[in-house]
Amino acid sequence: MRRNKLLKTTTKTQDYPNIFIYLLAFTSGFCIMGIELLGGRILAPYFGSSVHIWGSIITVFMLSLSLGYLLGGKLSTRSASLATYGLIFLISAITLLPIALFSQGLMEIVFLNIEDSRYGSLLASMVLFFIPTVILGMLSPYSVRLLVKSSNESGQVAGKLYFISTLGSALGTIVTSFYLILWFDINIIVFSFSGVLACLGLLAIFINRSHQLHKVELSHV
Amino acid sequence: MFKRITMFLSFLLLTISFVQAKVIHQERSLYRNILVEDNGDLRCLKFNVRSTKTQQSCFLKSQPQQLVFNYTKLLMTSLLFNDEPKRILIVGLGGGTMSNTLAQLYPQSQIDNIEIDPAVIKVARDYFGFLENDKVKTYPQDGRIFIKRALLKKQTYDWIILDAFNGDYIPEHLMTKEFLQEAKALLSENGILSSNTFSLSELYAHESATYKAVFGDFYQVSNQVNSNRIILVSKEGFSNDSINTGKLNKLDEKLSIYGVDIKLLHRNLINTKSQQSWPESTRILTDQFSPANLLNAN
Repeated sequence: MRRNKLLKTTTKTQDYPNIFIYLLAFTSGFCIMGIELLGGRILAPYFGSSVHIWGSIITVFMLSLSLGYLLGGKLSTRSASLATYGLIFLISAITLLPIALFSQGLMEIVFLNIEDSRYGSLLASMVLFFIPTVILGMLSPYSVRLLVKSSNESGQVAGKLYFISTLGSALGTIVTSFYLILWFDINIIVFSFSGVLACLGLLAIFINRSHQLHKVELSHV
Repeated sequence: MFKRITMFLSFLLLTISFVQAKVIHQERSLYRNILVEDNGDLRCLKFNVRSTKTQQSCFLKSQPQQLVFNYTKLLMTSLLFNDEPKRILIVGLGGGTMSNTLAQLYPQSQIDNIEIDPAVIKVARDYFGFLENDKVKTYPQDGRIFIKRALLKKQTYDWIILDAFNGDYIPEHLMTKEFLQEAKALLSENGILSSNTFSLSELYAHESATYKAVFGDFYQVSNQVNSNRIILVSKEGFSNDSINTGKLNKLDEKLSIYGVDIKLLHRNLINTKSQQSWPESTRILTDQFSPANLLNAN
């Protein structure tokens, strides 16, 4: 019974093109590094532009990504589906919003309570970036789970996925630092990232549902 | 004739001394390369590369109180508007020559120096005779944080000097509307803020528009050669009749020993009220939008 269910979920992954998963992984990689780069500019008014600002930001991002990988991998063992994948995107989009909406107030509180700007910036990065980055990190192992069909190709699929999502990160870094900050307000960029992630998440959920409907129709014929 | 020969000789001497420039100290700090160079009597602090563009601070070893750089002289024009600053804040130490000069001019005044790079503070102490005492203090900190904390402590300053910019890199969070508002709030009633900046092309307009948005019309002196300019603003805005000849003469007496011709500087001051050199529609720099370095490179 259980085995049957598992089989069913694996066949389901073949209903949509892999390229869609790769596109989503690319976008999440893009947004992670875009946000990380904006982090330095968001913190600067309260914690300065000393070297330790980047130390704090990179530490928080690495820490959250590592936890995200662990959680995402764990989650992928429980009846993985495109719908859940889309839901993670949606949640990541929502958790990015406080960066634009409440960062001033949150940083003010940290600034007033912690004199040392090293620990101040570390705590502020934690408050602003920890949750969204954990959730964005969950997407990598989950993508692998959706793409892998046999253990033989698992390494190759994982390699290809890292390639594409890291390429997204590289592009997110350069596009944000060279152009986006030159054209737009920081908040506009954060809202855009959030909007793109939310749209892709909804699209994934929609595709999943339409395939299920399609399947139901097929079984009725 | 004799004058011409001495001029030629001094020119020759200057060329020779440039050739013989000797690096007496070099270190790589967290933020930059620091170089101390000796050119005969002239000692200079340089950041990053060995070019004249990146000279931060210079002084003559035989006449340490003589201000070598034009911009340090230009900064003195602030005294036209507030000639008895009791509390002075200098953001960006360099060799500490500005602080030393002001400590000599106003021995009773409190001078706080802010410098982000501890290595620069050490070099100023070791090689530039940077003087510290009860009245002259140094804080190794980011300028923006210092100002925010000073505001919380309800401190005020009569004169804030922003000298944290150099030709190579601009701390973008020290150029925004929000930062200038914080600095303005830190000024005392008759407080003056003077900023030494290096704006090229596009940034020039954005910087000007931002200062005007926060302070209203301001005075400026530009140096076309290396895009260096001094911006002078006041908390209350400038009134037209604030400088009389008596004041000017008094200042001239005080400043001439430093090689500052305050009367000439006074004539060269331009008010943006009569001469606005940037388009009205220029977007101002904010904490949300501050690509100062990208704008400066364009």
